[in-house]
Amino acid sequence: MTATGIGAPVKRREDQRFITGNGRYTDDINRPGQTYAVFVRSPHAHAKIKSIDTSQAKASPGCVAVLTGKELAADKVGGLICGWMILNKDGTPMKAGAHPALAVDTVRYVGDHVAVVIGETLVEAKDAAEKVVVNYEVLPAVTDLGSAQAPGQPQIHPEAPGNTVYNWHLGDKSAVDAAFASAAHVTKINLVNNRLVPNAIEPRAAIGEYDAGQDQLTLYTTSQNPHVARLVLSAFIGLAPEHKLRVIAPDVGGGFGSKIFIYAEETVCLWAARKVKRPVKWTCERTEAFLCDAHGRDHLTTAELAMDASGKILALRAKTKANLGAYLSTFASSVPTYLYAPLLSGQYNIPSIYCEVDGVYTTTAPVDAYRGAGRPEATFVVERLVEVAAREMGKDPAEFRRINFITSFPHATPVIMTYDTGDYAACLDKALELIDYKGLPARKAESARKGLKRGLGFSAYIEACGIAPSQAVGSLGAGVGLWESAEVRVNPTGSVEVLTGSHSHGQGHETTFAQLVSQRLGVPIETVSIVHGDTDKVQFGMGTYGSRSGAVGMSAIFNAIDKVIVKAKKVAGFVLEVPEDTVDFKDGIFSSTATNKTLTFPEVALQAYIAHKFTGAQLEPGLKEGAFYDPTNFTFPSGVHVCELEVDPATGTTRIDRWVAVDDFGNLINPMIVEGQVHGGIAQGVGQALLEGAVYDKSGQLLTASYMDYCMPRASDLPSYKIEMASTPCPSNPLGVKGCGEAGAIAAPAAVMNAITDALGHEEIDMPATPQAVWRAAQKAPRRMVAE
Amino acid sequence: MFSIFKKSAAPDAKASAPQDPGAPITTVTVTVNGRTVTAEVDPRMLLSQFLRDSLQLTGTHVGCDTSQCGACVVHLDGRAVKSCTTLTLACDGGSVTTIEGLSQDGTLHPMQEAFRNNHGLQCGFCTPGMIMSAVDIVNRKGNTLDEATVRAELEGNICRCTGYHNIVAAVREGAANMTGVKQAAE
Amino acid sequence: MYAFNYLRPSSLAEAGSALTKTPDAKILAGGHTLLPTMKLRLASPKALVDLSRVSELRGIEKKGNALVIGAMSTHFEVSTSTVVKGAIAGLAELAGHIGDPAVRHRGTIGGSVANNDPAADYPAAVLALNATVTTDKREIKADDFFKGLFTTALGEGEIITRFSFPQPTKFAYVKFANPASRYALVGVAVAQTGSEIRVAVTGAGNDGVFRHKAMEAALAKSWSPDALKGITTDPSMMNSDIHAAADYRAHLVGVIAARAVAKAG
Repeated sequence: MTATGIGAPVKRREDQRFITGNGRYTDDINRPGQTYAVFVRSPHAHAKIKSIDTSQAKASPGCVAVLTGKELAADKVGGLICGWMILNKDGTPMKAGAHPALAVDTVRYVGDHVAVVIGETLVEAKDAAEKVVVNYEVLPAVTDLGSAQAPGQPQIHPEAPGNTVYNWHLGDKSAVDAAFASAAHVTKINLVNNRLVPNAIEPRAAIGEYDAGQDQLTLYTTSQNPHVARLVLSAFIGLAPEHKLRVIAPDVGGGFGSKIFIYAEETVCLWAARKVKRPVKWTCERTEAFLCDAHGRDHLTTAELAMDASGKILALRAKTKANLGAYLSTFASSVPTYLYAPLLSGQYNIPSIYCEVDGVYTTTAPVDAYRGAGRPEATFVVERLVEVAAREMGKDPAEFRRINFITSFPHATPVIMTYDTGDYAACLDKALELIDYKGLPARKAESARKGLKRGLGFSAYIEACGIAPSQAVGSLGAGVGLWESAEVRVNPTGSVEVLTGSHSHGQGHETTFAQLVSQRLGVPIETVSIVHGDTDKVQFGMGTYGSRSGAVGMSAIFNAIDKVIVKAKKVAGFVLEVPEDTVDFKDGIFSSTATNKTLTFPEVALQAYIAHKFTGAQLEPGLKEGAFYDPTNFTFPSGVHVCELEVDPATGTTRIDRWVAVDDFGNLINPMIVEGQVHGGIAQGVGQALLEGAVYDKSGQLLTASYMDYCMPRASDLPSYKIEMASTPCPSNPLGVKGCGEAGAIAAPAAVMNAITDALGHEEIDMPATPQAVWRAAQKAPRRMVAE
Repeated sequence: MFSIFKKSAAPDAKASAPQDPGAPITTVTVTVNGRTVTAEVDPRMLLSQFLRDSLQLTGTHVGCDTSQCGACVVHLDGRAVKSCTTLTLACDGGSVTTIEGLSQDGTLHPMQEAFRNNHGLQCGFCTPGMIMSAVDIVNRKGNTLDEATVRAELEGNICRCTGYHNIVAAVREGAANMTGVKQAAE
Repeated sequence: MYAFNYLRPSSLAEAGSALTKTPDAKILAGGHTLLPTMKLRLASPKALVDLSRVSELRGIEKKGNALVIGAMSTHFEVSTSTVVKGAIAGLAELAGHIGDPAVRHRGTIGGSVANNDPAADYPAAVLALNATVTTDKREIKADDFFKGLFTTALGEGEIITRFSFPQPTKFAYVKFANPASRYALVGVAVAQTGSEIRVAVTGAGNDGVFRHKAMEAALAKSWSPDALKGITTDPSMMNSDIHAAADYRAHLVGVIAARAVAKAG
């Protein structure tokens, strides 16, 4: 390992601009002649638009234009799309309603887009927006997921009877039913996976710009995947051909999934820019973000686990209702299906599994992928089930897990995944040691003396990352391939530019990707730059989500580097005047058994470009190679998180006392960055378990629409974390990496809730376990003997 | 110059005699990062907007609009304030330091260095406000800070990326390294 | 925000005259409630009268047996004042837990009390300590000052100049914060001043800050946390929202009051 190579905790190169205030986020950009967009949004959860009167708004000082859904439709701008087709149990396709960027005749959630007002200034646009008069006929709202499909409920989309988008399943129902019939013990639980709002601290923003001379549209936007945005905006929404649309995602201030999707606002800004022939800028306010960013999670699940008398798991059965909101967002349909049910085997050898999922429309904001996307929901089901089963059977929860762990690999689960590698017991053993599991009874007794209840909870999670083998996801309904591309451009002086389709919005790619290049080409890290986030620079890419940038994005770079080295060796052969196959390349030096002479990497790069030592017939000049990497399997990061906390039954306050995580991400490129990803994931998972929850009232008003009511985790809500790494390298990609971006968020909710229910002595509490919820739960008598 | 406001005066400002002590004010003189600026501004202009839109100091960010996230924190007369909840006109005669003015002579401020050294940032969006708050904590609480103090003092700064673990480490290290350093405020 | 004029008087007289002469004027005294409300276009004053340069409204001093705090003293100034710490340490502590450090640098005691947000901290202290609110026109006893949610005895254009807190023998304030906003979900101030015992509750009541007479009576008999055992708070008087239903708030009033008494010693 070199000081800046793979495995080194290299300080981040991107930090210099962020710590000095020189980052360049979308809202930091201003274009000449820029105008400002303000959206007129529906105040109702469900209503017919009877009429829209824009005359007063258009007459308002500084108003440039007022545009509505009718004009959008007249311009033949297509609706927003959902890119994953899910088939019902009976094989028929899912039933999705139209999703226009500006509503035409019906609004379906509070915040739905009714019109856009373009102003010379933001204030003038806001003033004019207040003067748009919309005449609504209010319709009843549907906000309760549990009853949204019931007969007699208002219909949200005519295409989806009973508000059911799909009724999907996975697994062998009859095998599962048989296993349950023969079980010695069955554990059954009902779970709420609370609705979350992603809340990247940078609000979304977009600037649409039209160059009439070139007939070229440019979109600056807060995107995790600018190429996918361009593809959708071109091929589906039809704003411009792909070669006439440039999408730039500059520094992006956090995404967590919410900036994957192609939203109404950027669509409208682009369209409007061409109409008003001036740049149109929109910056989201926080309350708008609460109303209109895609939300996450929101499941109701009944789950059962069947065991034999010894505690060996025989089968798992789950029935889930997933709230998809009022419209299907870009990847919404895949999250509660193929990103969820295939993970229901957890780390356990479960012979048969059956899962049924209803995707349900409600008059609430669209729900889509949020950090973990389906996998936190699956882990919550499995790890709550396993914990409760152990408690019911009187077994130590750690040992119950251990006897059911998968121990040989590869392991094909009954839910379409084949785990490649892992050592689950090793992570558990390390975690037990780090948390001082043996000392728990004494600590519980000490807490009890203070009138507090102490609890400990495990979460032995697994995730499928490195998303994803294209052919496999295509067979499951994905509309795109999920490979990644990279181009490695070596300049004549030996400096290297890497163009990647991955996008960094906090993950530190400018450092980790450069570490790979530095190590493999033997060049100083300072001579490597990572280019991303601009469709005019990078040929194509699928972007960053699903913990895929290491396993897929870096593998593409790895393969491109392979090609660079092959070409460079040819060049070196000509320069050294030796046969190409005698040329060796190591630590940045080209050598050959046939000569004492050596060449450095920059020397070969220069020779590649001046092309004096070979003819055009022998070799092409230049040193630039590209690669598309399509993974052959998912990766399977895993680990054990342990949360220990104290509950004050008098007030319901929960204080996390200690947190241990032992994670297996395979090989690590930069352990400092990996640990940081785990920290952030845990915080979001703790947020879900204890603090966060989007709440709609019966009329469909969002009650948690600012930080005054939606509780974001703060420093004082969280402990320091003790994190260690185990490593079983991933066999399916050249780097042996698995991905680390979502692990914390996947593991944490179950660890917290297992700890709280341990402290309370019963299972009767849902997330978020706010002080009020915990206080109420603490009024109920423990069902179990609580170890003192 | 791009401004979200036109430089028009407030409703009836021009109607009042400028000499009247009760007359509406539309002019501000403020020293930002050592540079004194005088400007005619709309009374509605928030300090965050003045910094970002009028002075192109885009290191100061806006994240929540309700003065809770702290991405907009700058120093006004040596104290951390939320620039999204401060009127520009109210800063008249004052001295503002933003993240851009924290480092001097091209050397990073010890707190900036500590954030990098401890991986105290990921997406970087909350970072300027976080660093300005951190320096303010040290100004008020001194150079030796325990973990609980740092966590409590970061009440007004929300980070969605880091889980705070490394921010807490960064603030403590930065505090220790600020011994003898002339504070940014002036 | 809607358009407004900005006025910045440099004396109390000028401020009073500006408020009288300007229709629909509001006082800017820190602005950490007012400006966010205006940003959401939920308030539309035609003018803001910034009191930050009015020197008569500043200063903290001990006058005889009373602690006198100028209305434009920031939460930071109150929380760090050696005069306040020496006289009523619990009041400094209260000020040191309002909002966050940056908010405390701008927010003022006068602004907080005049706004009478039902979840604000200061009203509990003003009421429990039986402070006198002095304005540019008169003196108002705490009991007469708070008139329900966001409502006070202040007249149109009336400016709070200072607060006078009689020296208590015991005082403490304990806050149970709303997890999201960190405002008081329930905040209880307990004070013993001479022979008088007062318990003031903020955050919880559906009509703003109130005195808990049953607790006062119990503590008058015996000043101890145990004295509050069995005293209930009527949930029908409590605020109820997604963070805390009325019964939970009513329960918390008891728990937090007992903790405040314990803290006061």
